[in-house]
Amino acid sequence: MTDLSPNQDQSVRQAIESAIAENEVILFMKGTPDDPKCGFSARCVATLQALESPFAAVDILPDPRLRQELSAISNWPTIPQLFVRGELIGGCDIITELYESGELAEVLGVQTPPEAPAMVAPGLDTAAPIEITNRLS
Amino acid sequence: MPTSEELKARIEAAIPGSHAEVEDLTGGGDHFRARIVAQAFAGLSRIEQHRRVYDVFGADIGGPIHALSLQTRVEQE
Repeated sequence: MTDLSPNQDQSVRQAIESAIAENEVILFMKGTPDDPKCGFSARCVATLQALESPFAAVDILPDPRLRQELSAISNWPTIPQLFVRGELIGGCDIITELYESGELAEVLGVQTPPEAPAMVAPGLDTAAPIEITNRLS
Repeated sequence: MPTSEELKARIEAAIPGSHAEVEDLTGGGDHFRARIVAQAFAGLSRIEQHRRVYDVFGADIGGPIHALSLQTRVEQE
């Protein structure tokens, strides 16, 4: 499929596993929080920001192995994916449901800000050719 | 190109007793939203319910089906 050696795949997997282990809240997404490249990723960023929850973010677009290995680890086919304390919480649909029910604030250990806005309808892919730095480090 | 009807049929065939409503969000045959009610979801977490549906489509998710937004619910007797 590719000419990558098993060692390189192994290191990608290890880098993802370390990132999940070392960051209490981490979002794997398309694009960056400042420049999301997909409506679903944008909505998750907006949700976390609405709860004023600090989070780490990894852009999976620069290297297709990131998405492959992430989905292999999490057994979850789509992006974005939110992990809290090492556990997969869900993708965009589950994050939105948990936000609306108030459970997400509990999972994240934050207070729901009184002015927390209702989430807007999901946007759709606005994929564009891009170049992005790998923020996994 | 997959259609809403095809997705609905595949879900209902793969998850016995389920009832699915599927919308094609853009009309382009690649972004869908599905609401699924099934007794088979009883006892499963949200994550597990969604995985159960994603499993129906395997590699088609991220392939021909770019996006499948899910809402799952346990059918009440």
